[in-house]
Amino acid sequence: MNKHSTRNRLNGLAAHVVLLVFAATALAPLLLVLLNSFKSNAGVTGSPFALPKSLSLSNFSTAWEYGAFGSGFLNSVLLTGTTVAVVLLCSSLAGYVLAGQKIRVWPAVMVYLTMAMTVPIQLFVFPLYAGVAALGLLDNVFVVGVILAAINMPFATFLMRTFFLNVPRELEEAARIDGANVLQLIHRVLLPVVRPGLITVGVIVGLSAWNDFLISSTFLHDPSDQTVTLGFLSMNGTFSTQLGAMMAGALILILPVLGVFIALQRYVVDGMAGGAVKG
Amino acid sequence: MTATATLAPVRTDPTPAADHRARRAHQRRRSLVNHLLVAPALLLSVLVVVVPGVLTAMAAFTDWTGVGFHADYVGLRNFRDILADPVFATALGNNVTWLALFLTAPAAVGLLTAALLLHRRRTRTFYQVLFLMPYVLAPVVNAMVWLSIIYNPNGGVTGALHISSPLADVHGALYAAAAVDMWHYWGFLTVVYLGAMRQTPLEQVEAAVVDGAGTWQVFRHVHLPSIRPTLLLMGVMTVIFSFLAFDYVYLLTQGGPAHGSEVMGTYAYAFAFSAFQFGKAAAVGIIMSFFGLIASCVYTWMSRRQLAS
Repeated sequence: MNKHSTRNRLNGLAAHVVLLVFAATALAPLLLVLLNSFKSNAGVTGSPFALPKSLSLSNFSTAWEYGAFGSGFLNSVLLTGTTVAVVLLCSSLAGYVLAGQKIRVWPAVMVYLTMAMTVPIQLFVFPLYAGVAALGLLDNVFVVGVILAAINMPFATFLMRTFFLNVPRELEEAARIDGANVLQLIHRVLLPVVRPGLITVGVIVGLSAWNDFLISSTFLHDPSDQTVTLGFLSMNGTFSTQLGAMMAGALILILPVLGVFIALQRYVVDGMAGGAVKG
Repeated sequence: MTATATLAPVRTDPTPAADHRARRAHQRRRSLVNHLLVAPALLLSVLVVVVPGVLTAMAAFTDWTGVGFHADYVGLRNFRDILADPVFATALGNNVTWLALFLTAPAAVGLLTAALLLHRRRTRTFYQVLFLMPYVLAPVVNAMVWLSIIYNPNGGVTGALHISSPLADVHGALYAAAAVDMWHYWGFLTVVYLGAMRQTPLEQVEAAVVDGAGTWQVFRHVHLPSIRPTLLLMGVMTVIFSFLAFDYVYLLTQGGPAHGSEVMGTYAYAFAFSAFQFGKAAAVGIIMSFFGLIASCVYTWMSRRQLAS
């Protein structure tokens, strides 16, 4: 018995070592960013592994200014806000109907959404670009927000549907018999049950809109209309010889995203695990 | 007063026909409302994805430049030109390499880490959050971090270790870009696989333990078969996305050097936005989608079977 538990403990230790090695692999590049964001260019090129000698913040102000982070953050917030608002509204309505099988064509809608989820961006982006350009809607963060909402819609609808499946049918019927109108039904009965679903879909779709590259870089050319990630990207050419400023810019972009992720990690993890398992 | 008097009997003692009509009208209204609730999601998807998608299918047979809407029909010329282009062959081969890499390395790491986390209830969340950190960051940020501090020959890790940057090598660039993409991706698979493993019915696990199965045998004969649908689905998704790879290749190498890391995604993008040959870009888009479509049909068929069972 004793021998057995010793072996178990050794196995557990070995497992933790393996897990820690993989955690280190995931984090090492990010730690290099932290380490080098306070250094001068000479400090970085001297040794990327050394600790910074002083905690100078000048790299951060350089990055903020030349990456146009002020307008970039505003544009990213507007774009992401548009995507999340449109996705939450449309996908929850559709998910509600599909979960209750309230329309006869619901299986056809499910098949359509599955197909739409796997349609590559390269299959529609070129005519979409020409159409948006012809309407004079390029360089508009709200238009890009709606496009990203449409791309994320099938996945979000599926996820919302699985959350609505957890609402007991009797609950809805009881509320109706009690004379609740539609607004009261949504506010008092449905919303409390699917609130975790809304947060999950919101944070996953929000992250994908905030992080988007292909669509935003295609539809946003004017520097004053670009998202914060595109502003950071534009530093690459001019600042590839100022690595300290590049790393400071990266850190400015990394910290808020990791902050939101850690605060809402339960919903992200649940959404990823649930979404994939249930198809 | 008279109105309520005449209404009251109707409500309590309706004629069957009137009742039937009222219920039918009510059902029609409910059905209309339900259709209206699904409409915004579907309309948006059709407008942004399906209509331009159909236009792409048409544009692939024209010489459309993307400027204005004039285009002449050229038959299969775009496809003939592309298939005769040696760069396309390189790109297609690179997509297949990409697929082989993503079906093995991240899947193996994801499965291993998920299996190790299965019995670690207290530290499970902690590790998952750490593993997912690269996944939730923007491709632009991840690519720039690797470009400036790891692959950079002047000041990066490769420079400090005096190895030449793999991004500059015709044969190494694709693997270097794939390494960054896989570094950011594998944590997602850990979370998905672990989520699936935790759905394994407890009775099956207990029955195996009672039968004297060790940890490895339980994993091999109980957990692994029970997550088979998830493994298949993620495999199909990997097939689809491997033929669409774009972000990390474009950001790290632009398909270079000398088209060494070109994939179909970057090849199509260059046609559209560097050469203004939208017709050819559309043709490449069609070819890329063809692989995805096959996988997508399999995926739809599989998930419908899952829904049915």
